[in-house]
Amino acid sequence: MAKVFIPSLMQELTDGQTQLDIQGSTVREIIKELEQSYPGVKDRLMDGFKLKGNINVAVDGEVSPIGVLAKVQENSEVHFLPALGGG
Amino acid sequence: MTTTYEPNKVLSNKEFKVVGTRPVRPDGADKVTGRAQYGADLQLTGLLYGKTLRSPHAHANIKSIDFKKALALEGVKAVVSAKDFPETKDTANYGLGDSPMNYFRGNILADKKVLYKGQAIAAVAASSVHVAEAALSLIDVKYEVLDAVLTAPEGMAKDAPILHDDLFTKEFEKQTKVNSNIAEHFQHKMGDIDEGFAGADVIVERTFDTATVHQGYIEPHNVTALWNDDDRIHVWTSTQGAFTVRAAVSEALAVPVSKIKVTPMEIGGGFGGKINVYEDPAAALLSKKAGHKPVKMVMTRAEVFEGTGPTPGSHMTVKMGATNEGKIVAAQANLAMEAGAYPGSPVGAGAMCVFTAYDIANVTIDGYDVVVNKPKTAAYRAPGAPNAAFAAEQVIDEIAEKLNIDPLELRLQNAAKEGTRRADGPIHPRIGCVEVLEAMKEHHHYQSPLTPAKNGGKVGRGVGIGFWFNIGMQSACNISVNNDGTVNLVEGSTDIGGSRASIAMHAAEVLGISYEDVKPQVADTDSVGYTAITGGSRTTFATGWAAYEAANDVKAQLIDRAATIWGVDPDSVEMEEGVLRSKTDTELNMSFKDLSAQLNDTGGPIVGRGAVDPSGIGGSFCGQIVDVEVDPETGKTDILRFTVVQDAGKAIHPSYVEGQMQGGSVQGIGWALNEEYYYSEDGRMNNPTFLDYRMPTSLDLPMIDTVIVEVANPGHPYGVRGVGEANIVSPQAAVANAIKSAVGARMEKMPMNPAAIMEQLWS
Repeated sequence: MAKVFIPSLMQELTDGQTQLDIQGSTVREIIKELEQSYPGVKDRLMDGFKLKGNINVAVDGEVSPIGVLAKVQENSEVHFLPALGGG
Repeated sequence: MTTTYEPNKVLSNKEFKVVGTRPVRPDGADKVTGRAQYGADLQLTGLLYGKTLRSPHAHANIKSIDFKKALALEGVKAVVSAKDFPETKDTANYGLGDSPMNYFRGNILADKKVLYKGQAIAAVAASSVHVAEAALSLIDVKYEVLDAVLTAPEGMAKDAPILHDDLFTKEFEKQTKVNSNIAEHFQHKMGDIDEGFAGADVIVERTFDTATVHQGYIEPHNVTALWNDDDRIHVWTSTQGAFTVRAAVSEALAVPVSKIKVTPMEIGGGFGGKINVYEDPAAALLSKKAGHKPVKMVMTRAEVFEGTGPTPGSHMTVKMGATNEGKIVAAQANLAMEAGAYPGSPVGAGAMCVFTAYDIANVTIDGYDVVVNKPKTAAYRAPGAPNAAFAAEQVIDEIAEKLNIDPLELRLQNAAKEGTRRADGPIHPRIGCVEVLEAMKEHHHYQSPLTPAKNGGKVGRGVGIGFWFNIGMQSACNISVNNDGTVNLVEGSTDIGGSRASIAMHAAEVLGISYEDVKPQVADTDSVGYTAITGGSRTTFATGWAAYEAANDVKAQLIDRAATIWGVDPDSVEMEEGVLRSKTDTELNMSFKDLSAQLNDTGGPIVGRGAVDPSGIGGSFCGQIVDVEVDPETGKTDILRFTVVQDAGKAIHPSYVEGQMQGGSVQGIGWALNEEYYYSEDGRMNNPTFLDYRMPTSLDLPMIDTVIVEVANPGHPYGVRGVGEANIVSPQAAVANAIKSAVGARMEKMPMNPAAIMEQLWS
């Protein structure tokens, strides 16, 4: 199962848990699975079928250019981060 | 001023044929002879001239606007205001994240309220610039002036005047019911911060403030727009992203992107500040209202300062603890950055960079995005990271001082490396933090005694290291083969730092031809696939990668064609160093040039394509060593010697990498010592000219020595890491540490101008 790191200001939705082992082969499946156990997670992270414009997801340290479509492996780490811009 | 100058060094990881060489840039001749076409050079038949009416107040309600007198002036062809925007959806996204439509449009033409001095309210098109300016003075606007909020702490105060009635603080995207100037609060947490500090032998905590600073590009913003009779819009503009302009005009005017063509003109500097879009939609509206005539708008320098996005002022507290042995065991940061008039400061990036150079077990970082009555901030090289490093790198230095450990040694002892977990969660891949610090430590500059004073002042040395993530994003490239053995390369990244050359070099390396045989061209939005901004240090990485893919596509087609000509299996043909040959028959070989001449007779033209949205991004570390001389009687600081060391992964064109390192360092020095928006109490910028907004010139600085470290990024075909931004992250802190070393003053405010230094010395 993938190890999902919960942002500290979202831990109110996960009973204070900072990391969760979640089954899923894509980020979308991970969020769907999280939502089953912790209602409200999906609304915080997604807008319709995609991540909110101000949120990025990193899988195994790499910010995914394809958001929730990113593949997740059995031992992957998943992080939700504020989106970044550069100059 | 004389200084020991050490020639630039490249600590190379791998040799290539073209990559790593220093050819002349393809746009060089046009630029040095004045033939390059910038936006202000554009002349079209029937051209009208636009000017913008801007708010004289930092915070005010607009009670009424009366255009009658302006419209009656001879030569005035059209006037537009926010009322001319069509009804459309509630949210805008032109590639930089979601934004409420009223905020996005409000920064183009304000509607009911102005939120900073210089905010655009209306625009006029006329037969000349002078008539347009005269018309502006005839527009009658009635204001209700409100109290202004100018800094993050002021904005966060409980009794602060509120800028937006519809802005409620978000907590990592959780919408609260608190109407406030704090647009967003987020937090990164790792380990146990209390336990970490409990285990520290030495703790340093300081609070820092930095001023608003502009990117200072020489060429002002400009645009020419033509809203054609058939409702197609053509925009010529100076931008870091033609497709971003296309999307922004589309979002603002509710016109499909397929009806908008954006031609990026040559660009006279951007540094992030030419990503955002300002007058382009208003110019298009003016063109339509003026009877489908082209309208050109060129900002004055004061408009650039007051009406476009600078980088934010900030208020930051950083606390760090270490053991007597020099192990940093806890770090805490509280970062508040000014977003300007609308949400969106770079505090998120600042928070993710503040301790990234270090391996620290217990970290808490809080970030606050605060709206204030200043221009909406825009990107400026590594946005947010220089502010954060100014704080963190000084606290680290103070810990080194208290522990009597060499400051580079302390940094090396705690340096992040492959496998280190960052405070925001992800684990570092292969990075070059240690290699950069080691190169700094071994450098002749660091091993030499302090540079002697030139004017009898006190001298000191400081160091700093900074990090920038870099980004990937979408890029496209086409390559077509000419029958004389050259190729035309068409790409969509506007060239702000020599990227035509570095992108062309990717293609030349793949095809085994000379760099001079690749003719790169930056195309308009109708002529190349979607390409994201030139920003985030992504262009050589991502568009170079697109060129690499397009060249490989060409190469595969050339192999097929040679196989067809020879009547052999394509798998038996290879192409190396510009020569196609059979793997089994030594008599079958042909140069790329010879095959190019035969294309039209053997199956037609060959065109390769590359389109990428790559992962594999490699972050870059950059460090500086600086010697300063401070006059203890006046507080004036001179830079005596400056060395910059950066991990480039692989320097495709070392001269342009060095140029980025020197340019970022010089901008960092200006930010450190002089640059700031100097505000009156009611929010007016008192220094909106280059005479009073003091940027460093070549006369103020020694030669900036560079060392390129190459720790190849395993995520890129040639190992590239972006190099445009990490170099501006820590010069400010290095200068601050040098000033401390010279005169004993720990600088908590930036800029560290003579007044600030004297204030600190006398306190």
